Amino acid sequence: MLEITQALVDAMVAHARADHPDEACGVIAGPEGSDRPTRFIPMTNAARSPTFYEFDTTDLLRLYRDMDDRDEVPVVIYHSHTATEAYPSRTDIAYASEPEAHYVLVSTRETGTEDGPYELRSFRIVDGAVTEEPVTVVPE
Amino acid sequence: MPVEVRIPTILRPYTGGEKIVAAEGSSLEGVVKDLDARYPGIGERLIDESGLRRFINVYLNDEDVRFLDGLGTPVADADSITILPAVAGG
Repeated sequence: MLEITQALVDAMVAHARADHPDEACGVIAGPEGSDRPTRFIPMTNAARSPTFYEFDTTDLLRLYRDMDDRDEVPVVIYHSHTATEAYPSRTDIAYASEPEAHYVLVSTRETGTEDGPYELRSFRIVDGAVTEEPVTVVPE
Repeated sequence: MPVEVRIPTILRPYTGGEKIVAAEGSSLEGVVKDLDARYPGIGERLIDESGLRRFINVYLNDEDVRFLDGLGTPVADADSITILPAVAGG
């Protein structure tokens, strides 16, 4: 199960809408061992594509150095799908490399850049196996 | 020439859970070979026939080796190598 604050959910959705129709991506780091996402880090999609995302490699190194310095891990790795459902694609599964992370997908296919209902789901992706998990949104 | 190599979570099963290991070599390719000798199987997670795998990033100190000389990048004593899988998908 992923437990996450409403503010962090809103931040991911806002990022996905801002970058629509390209895919948005980022991390929510949290203290190691806590499984609690706390620090929102939107990343640049170096691919700038509606069908692909990739963290810029220099940004990636900085991100992991910062997390190491703070004793954090990537609790959530999120990205958006802009024309399809919020479910991991074949490439998402092939490249997933953080077995401890919650992979969150946001779909903006219904509303694009506008406000409105959104789809947000969370998955574990381990050795090519996808398992959906419930998302519990808490106020604080 | 021992260098320090930082291992990402996904490859730690090869290193017995170690986050930072030592390896030797005068080039990145040499370091990868030495790593594979110490931790059998880790090498093919990093390289394939065409070189460094597309979705594996390797940094010498702070520089992505793709902007240096790839597997041929010279490595010196006390350098630090960081391996990070790309965060990517579709």
